[in-house]
Amino acid sequence: MSGQSQRLTVVPTVTMLGVMKSRLVGATRGHALLKKKSDALTVQFRQILKKIVTTKESMGEVMKTSSFALTEAKYVAGENIKHIVLENVQNASLKVRSRQENVAGVKLPKFEYFTEGEIKNDLTGLARGGQQVQLCRAANIKAIELLVELASLQTSFLTLDEAIKTTNRRVNALENVVKPRLENTINYIKGELDELEREDFFRLKKIQGYKKREIERQLAAAKQFAEEQFAEKVSLQKGISLNLAHNLLSAGANKDEDIIF
Amino acid sequence: MAGRAEIRTSNSALIAMIADEDTVTGFLLAGVGNIDLRRKTNYLIVDSKTTVKAIEDAFKEFTTKENIAIVLISQYVANMIRFLVDSYNKPIPAILEIPSKDHPYDPAHDSVLSRVKHLFSTESVASGRR
Repeated sequence: MSGQSQRLTVVPTVTMLGVMKSRLVGATRGHALLKKKSDALTVQFRQILKKIVTTKESMGEVMKTSSFALTEAKYVAGENIKHIVLENVQNASLKVRSRQENVAGVKLPKFEYFTEGEIKNDLTGLARGGQQVQLCRAANIKAIELLVELASLQTSFLTLDEAIKTTNRRVNALENVVKPRLENTINYIKGELDELEREDFFRLKKIQGYKKREIERQLAAAKQFAEEQFAEKVSLQKGISLNLAHNLLSAGANKDEDIIF
Repeated sequence: MAGRAEIRTSNSALIAMIADEDTVTGFLLAGVGNIDLRRKTNYLIVDSKTTVKAIEDAFKEFTTKENIAIVLISQYVANMIRFLVDSYNKPIPAILEIPSKDHPYDPAHDSVLSRVKHLFSTESVASGRR
């Protein structure tokens, strides 16, 4: 992926370095926590999966029992039982209630079934076979119980699956994108700060060098000036002016009586 | 996570059924059937004359209705609309495949178990080779 270890564009100051460091600490901690969450969710996932497999197997058995019961009821009460049952459908007396359960931080739905109202059974089995009809009804109710539980397991399974995928995505993003980027930014800022420091240091040294040379030059110039002065004085006393165009007014007024102003 | 609460908590939701006559009769006897004010039922009896389109429509209707929490569907019916069942990915309502009298339960075709086939070894339920 291009730009995988790019760095963020920041101003390389000491404050930004502090900010980046704290962000890196946060990212590391978040990564560890998310990894733990993903592991916990996977454990739950596998447990639910096992339960689903066993429940599905037993569901096959239960359905067989209930269909046997229905065949018996049909045999005893006559073929019309289907139509009578169909006619009798009004309001459902078996309903499900859905709640949310919090498992390892993930909200999972859970179904539980409950009976509401009374079961309409006015005409079924009145003629004959009432007991078989009741047995059939009981078998079917048991089947429904199991099916509701299975549906509950299945939905938690699917929800967990998605939650695990999202968490893993976040873990990978932190590990492979966010942290390297932050680390690169920190290294860049450190490099820039070092370079600035070196620049400053270098500049300082250079200026010190200049100053030193300046002082030396001034010392040398002053020494030479002093020597020349001395030499001039000496030579004036002897009457010769050495190269120096000294001030006639000031120097001459002191010693030469010929110059009168 | 805020903003992702698609899980409805309801106090009374129905169980829908798309199955053959005997299975539906059995469940109706137990009291799962419901007819609402518009004479719409929460079950569909599938026989040899039912078209695939009717099954698809019923499936779509059951999965979009707010008050249905579980949809029971016979496995051979699910095979007819396999693509619809497989592309359905909402947690509620839950789609449950049940066996019927003539077609015993076949784990290899179950839409949920096939999704985790890779997690199992070759000798387990979902691979269909027991």
